[in-house]
Amino acid sequence: MSQSTQQVPATTGPHDLAEEFLDRTTPLSRLRNVMHRYPALSPAIVLILAIIVFGLLNERFLNPANLSLITQQVAVVGTLAIAQTLIILTAGIDLSVGAVMVLAMMVTAQITIETGMPAILGLLLGLLVGLAAGAFNGFLVTKLRLPPFIVTLGTLNIFLALTLLYTAGATVRGGEMPDLLTWSGTTFNIGGVNFTTGVLMMLVLYFAIAFILNNTSWGRHVYAVGDDKEAARLAGIRVNRVLMSVYLAAGAILAIGAWIQIGRSNAASPNASGELNLDSITAVVIGGTSLFGGRGTVWGTLLGALIVGVFRNGLSLAGLDVLWQTFAVGVLIIVAVSVDQWIRKVRK
Amino acid sequence: MTLTADAAATPAAETRQPILQAKNLVKTYGRVVGLDGVSLSLYPGEVLAIIGDNGAGKSTLIKCLTGAELADEGEILLDGRPVHFKRPQDAHLAGIETVYQTLAVSPARDVASNLFLGREERRKGILGSVFRMVDKKGMRKKARQQLADLGITTLQDVTVPVENLSGGQRQAVAVARAAAFGSKVVVLDEPTAALGVRESNQVLQLVKNLRDRGIPVILISHNMPHVFEVADRIHIQRLGKCATTITPQSHSMTDAVAIMTGARKA
Repeated sequence: MSQSTQQVPATTGPHDLAEEFLDRTTPLSRLRNVMHRYPALSPAIVLILAIIVFGLLNERFLNPANLSLITQQVAVVGTLAIAQTLIILTAGIDLSVGAVMVLAMMVTAQITIETGMPAILGLLLGLLVGLAAGAFNGFLVTKLRLPPFIVTLGTLNIFLALTLLYTAGATVRGGEMPDLLTWSGTTFNIGGVNFTTGVLMMLVLYFAIAFILNNTSWGRHVYAVGDDKEAARLAGIRVNRVLMSVYLAAGAILAIGAWIQIGRSNAASPNASGELNLDSITAVVIGGTSLFGGRGTVWGTLLGALIVGVFRNGLSLAGLDVLWQTFAVGVLIIVAVSVDQWIRKVRK
Repeated sequence: MTLTADAAATPAAETRQPILQAKNLVKTYGRVVGLDGVSLSLYPGEVLAIIGDNGAGKSTLIKCLTGAELADEGEILLDGRPVHFKRPQDAHLAGIETVYQTLAVSPARDVASNLFLGREERRKGILGSVFRMVDKKGMRKKARQQLADLGITTLQDVTVPVENLSGGQRQAVAVARAAAFGSKVVVLDEPTAALGVRESNQVLQLVKNLRDRGIPVILISHNMPHVFEVADRIHIQRLGKCATTITPQSHSMTDAVAIMTGARKA
């Protein structure tokens, strides 16, 4: 059937025949092994292709101003997606990331302008809100052993309701807030492209989390817990402790996302979460992180967030209806998950 | 009764002190009696096989010895000192490592990461103490060394994810991990149950290598030829008790099965 079995020389014994049978490789299976090893490879290729295609379709796409716009559009989702990646790596999912971010943001903005306290204290309170929300999700997942999907579906509604109750639906405008809160929206220029401080904050977070995941025991335990929980427990990893720490870390990252969001929209609006919850999952999935846990990288997630940003921007420059952007993102998700399923089908 | 059978079976072992010893372990689950006063001694440098029919109490016995379960009564002595294992980590720390039937390996992680899973080593200096960086190179090097020491030649590349390995290779990873950290005792639960002929032989060879390095092994198995090939002594568990302890020289496989099933009195 396969070429390799036919090419076996007559002198080979039965032992080698068996080996040959088991190790039959095709170009496709080798590609799969490479993709399996470097999960960020396929999103990287997709991103480069997308940039080339959109650049050819419309010369304005590669304008420094347009590239700057894409990075700014990606900053908030990109940050939320870091938190989402951590949780998905543990085979969980967080539907409440946008809601947590908005709650932290509204607490920061409203308390600061109402009490006139130093902006830094407002930011710290936001961080506290993020940590508390993460702790609550983590508590329900580890102690009550509820599925993360259900927990965060519940807390999504709870946090949104709390936000609206607290703010009565009122938006805090950028002009009312101290400069520090909108500092994340200030721009600086590198090589003709304008970047905001918020984009820089997001990138710093990516570097930090990537470093931690790759180089610390904690990072390895996060992967191990998502890969096989029971195996991790028997290997002596304190699974619940790792899970709790992941939800806390996610909460802290979301609070930073809240700050970036204030700068991005120059306002704090209780309705800002919109599609952020699902968009963060989209970025993670397109970035090659497996929804089944234990596999993936934050760099893949950054690529995923950029792919979504580039598609939306490129398609709108090409003059297509905004609904086609949504359509394209939907296709991307399904393709990405199919690829993940295929990659996971490595010899059992 | 058990102890006399022990001594009779291994005259040479009499003079040595057991590394691991269990005395009259009793474990009940509600009204079900799992262990009904089981004693067991493991001597340095031997392979002790535990055989028994389903429900005879093999797994319960092992769980009590490795900290996965707490015995209701009885005593466990390690190097002659009483120990009380409340959880698996306690046994790990005391130098008792278990290879579970499920292997407890993390599929997407590579061989070296799995060998050091849960006990990663940090880099020296600030990188390790402040930045908490794990010593990837060092762990890979030690992993290669460990595999070589055990004579595992089928695993050349320690950076391959475990899920890409065959059943026998995965078993080898789990055994190597146990051997690396099990300074006192290594327990293997049905290590050949899911393996083919060639892979089973590799695992049996590993068991012999472990013994040759002076690490005593407790082997739970259903496979009589395997047990008779590697075991120095065979503890036959029946109805929550130790029916007897035999050696491959003193009894035949048929005898062992007969005692195990109760067809013959020990």
